[in-house]
Amino acid sequence: MSLMLLFMLMGAVALAAAMGLLLARNAVYAALFLVLNMLALAVLFLSLGAPFLAMVQITVYAGAVMVLFLFVVMLLGAEVLPEEGGPIPWQKPLAFVLGGVLIGSLSWLIFVEATGMGRILPPPADYASPQELAMHLFQRYLLPFEVTSVLLLVAMLGALVMVQVERRRRARQQESQGS
Amino acid sequence: MVPTSFYVFLAALLFTIGAVTVLVRRNTLIIYMGIELMLNAANLAFVAFARQFGDVAGQLFVFFVITVAAAEVAVGLALIVTIFHTKHSVDIDAISDLKG
Repeated sequence: MSLMLLFMLMGAVALAAAMGLLLARNAVYAALFLVLNMLALAVLFLSLGAPFLAMVQITVYAGAVMVLFLFVVMLLGAEVLPEEGGPIPWQKPLAFVLGGVLIGSLSWLIFVEATGMGRILPPPADYASPQELAMHLFQRYLLPFEVTSVLLLVAMLGALVMVQVERRRRARQQESQGS
Repeated sequence: MVPTSFYVFLAALLFTIGAVTVLVRRNTLIIYMGIELMLNAANLAFVAFARQFGDVAGQLFVFFVITVAAAEVAVGLALIVTIFHTKHSVDIDAISDLKG
């Protein structure tokens, strides 16, 4: 019963934060709404017996990723954009209609077609402890783990190279203007 | 005791809101946040199914999704910063030409 109450509460917070992201005019507010959404999801992860993932969600997503977002938003000074107009006037109504179709078909799939889904019970004490996760991660999923480390390295190099190329281009421009 | 379908429905709602954010908004940064919201919704469904079947493999998939999302954000934000230096705007409509 308390699990149901927790789910309703945190689900409402997550949905409200997502709507805030959709409707916020200021990009900083949108980022903060997304942080709230991630914190609510972390609580839901805890209720689903995933304490390690909940902590990773808070430190990596709500911490590192969103701080990076806020840095870029404030660095570019592009918090507010005029949202009216645009080259295609029927784009927004069409987007909402398509969203309605998507959620309609998904809920039909969940509640009518796939009725065989079970129930979430309070997790046992030793379910998905960090030790158990590590045992699986470093035995069955060792290769994907190594591949993600390479992926992170490539992403870091890519980000560095992109900023570096831009800096060199601007330095060249300044040289040609100076001469 | 909560039916698994409730969790999956919440994930579907969050995914739809994220998709509509990507379609409706014109600020490139907010479009990126919509993508993050969609990834989060998929993570919620993964964890719910992992709990229902009592298998931690779903949780490990979420672990990998979070890693890939971090890499995606690093590269994507570097792209946005680079585009901002040439276009002086983060409006998605400003990035509409294929000229070099």
